[in-house]
Amino acid sequence: MNEFLEPFERMLEDIATPAAVRAIEQGSSIDAMWRAFAESGFLDALVPEERGGAGLPLSEVQPLWMALGRHAVPLPVGETMIARALLADAPEAPVALAVAEGAAVVVPCGLVAAHLLVESGDGLYLVETFGEPTGVPASLAARFDLSPLPAPVAPAPEGGLRGLAAILRAALIAGAADRLTAMTATYANERVQFGKPIGRQQALQQQMAVMAEETVAARVASQLGCVGAFPPALVAAATAKSVASRAAARIAATAHAVHGAIGISEEHDLQLFTRRLHEWRLADGSETYWNRLLGASRLTDPGRSVDYVREAFA
Amino acid sequence: MFDTLTLASLPAADEALRPAIRALADEAAAQASADVRARSWSGFDPAFSRRLGAAGFLGLTLPKAYGGQERGPFARFVVVEELLSAGAPVAAHWIADRQSAPLILNYGSEAQRSFYIPRICRGELVFCIGMSEPGSGSDLASVRTRADRTKSGWRVNGQKIWTTNAMHGDYMIALLRTSGTSEDRHAGLSQLIIDLKAPGVTVRPISDLAGDAHFAEVFFDNVDLPADALIGHEGEGWKQVTAELAFERSGPERIYSSVVLLDAWIAHLRGMKRDDAATLGLVGDFTARLATLRAMSIACTARLALGESPVTEASLVKDLGTAFEQELPVAIGDDLAAHPEEAVDAELYRTLMFVTHVAPSFSLRGGTREVLRGIIARGMGLR
Repeated sequence: MNEFLEPFERMLEDIATPAAVRAIEQGSSIDAMWRAFAESGFLDALVPEERGGAGLPLSEVQPLWMALGRHAVPLPVGETMIARALLADAPEAPVALAVAEGAAVVVPCGLVAAHLLVESGDGLYLVETFGEPTGVPASLAARFDLSPLPAPVAPAPEGGLRGLAAILRAALIAGAADRLTAMTATYANERVQFGKPIGRQQALQQQMAVMAEETVAARVASQLGCVGAFPPALVAAATAKSVASRAAARIAATAHAVHGAIGISEEHDLQLFTRRLHEWRLADGSETYWNRLLGASRLTDPGRSVDYVREAFA
Repeated sequence: MFDTLTLASLPAADEALRPAIRALADEAAAQASADVRARSWSGFDPAFSRRLGAAGFLGLTLPKAYGGQERGPFARFVVVEELLSAGAPVAAHWIADRQSAPLILNYGSEAQRSFYIPRICRGELVFCIGMSEPGSGSDLASVRTRADRTKSGWRVNGQKIWTTNAMHGDYMIALLRTSGTSEDRHAGLSQLIIDLKAPGVTVRPISDLAGDAHFAEVFFDNVDLPADALIGHEGEGWKQVTAELAFERSGPERIYSSVVLLDAWIAHLRGMKRDDAATLGLVGDFTARLATLRAMSIACTARLALGESPVTEASLVKDLGTAFEQELPVAIGDDLAAHPEEAVDAELYRTLMFVTHVAPSFSLRGGTREVLRGIIARGMGLR
């Protein structure tokens, strides 16, 4: 058990309640919640010890990122951890991450970030946020057109910023998936139809069993994404984001199928998590984006598939 | 949810077994065509199994006192992974090594342990599992084949079916009714070791749709067994069989059934120099899922290594693993037939069709998909 996880979870239970998440989504100030994160020291989890951080390996930060997903935290906490690890002079305020490739890009938490860390070519750029709302109700994502950029502040990380963002997204998905699976099983045991809890219906049990499988797969894939050094290798980032993104849409679908109409309502907490699963699936490369990169890498290797995956994570 | 399934790594000492087992596996499989290697599970080669035993690759989880290696589930994972990935023939030792010997170790008498386990570790004994009957498939507790007490031991009457390797088998560990009737369900069941050479035993192979005959019907007509044929405790057969199935469901074999086909297809793609986006996406999807399933299987192995019986976790990995194994031939068939301009060599085509035809069995053997999902649902606190 990770020694940082328990205090982190306790803090999230205090500050990231469903009411607090909704308030920020409706435009309330982020200051109190952000201050709690800033004062906790967790934002420097990935900063090397010689720069005053905790110097944690990715494998120990992964459970913290999952916890952010489990609580639908409406701030770019994981993104800021990554930005602080990459920049010697990182800003104090929340930072979101983006890769500029000529087209406008939708960035999760773009509306509540003060800065955007942008990768373009082989450089990193830090810009004040100027994102447009996407027009999607309650979404904190923003749309950015990333040209022109100021002077670079650092070289791009090896393997690219998108790989780092992808392993964060995979962990957030795994955390929200875990929460949704637990919520769904609880609901199925409580909701009575045809004179018995719907969780006794074999048809629903089978769907929820598959949901649990996908949830565990997303978690283990996310752990694989964080098993190596910072920043992750292509195979690690691709495996994590591909499997987690694929699971995200399926898990959201089953969660809603079991909850029925109440799960579609704003009032029920389900939507806080399922909306995020879809947003995170699309952010920083969907499953097909990463599958293509991983497939190209696999096809350069003449060996067996089992050897390929074994050696990639050795 | 199911937090015990968490990333674990193979200990270096067990990983160190890999070069030696790979050399042996390649020696047995390298000359074989892919469609023969794809039959790894049903490949029956007693000489190869004895070579594995002599080299110390059987009985890896069993105590040295009984001829085992005392190394544990991680070592077994490495060895099994290499055998299946190479497509080596494993049928002559598979069941005995995987579940019969651990069952005998857990529940057998000292005499039974000393008699059977050392010979299993040497690769000399072929075991089969007598569970299914014509009227008992997924509903295993409904078995009717009886073992009745006699003055000197037991008398068995009835029939088992779908018994893998019965025609090559030396012994069967059978789940039999020793008291009551099939109405009594889990009560009154016991496990007995049956010498398949005993008078009154008739084995009739069953041909399958792929042209093989790896399973059989087994008939028992007043088969007399000694008193020490009983393994474990009378009436405890259900509990014992449940623990045995955890061994059957949790190994890497539950994700690698189609891996010879996957590698043959990738060799084809490389030969054709295919690099369009759809192909790369498919290869990447399989690779990411294989990496994840392998990590999940190692996570399950880690629970075995802690001495647990991870029944729910094993069911979860097996269900997800067999879905992957079954999806491979469907997607690969679609891919190859979507490229009529490419010549598919006969060996790849035979391999594809063999895996396509036997793939339904992946989610039948060792517990059907629906039974496993029921176990997972119970583990989630449903019902």
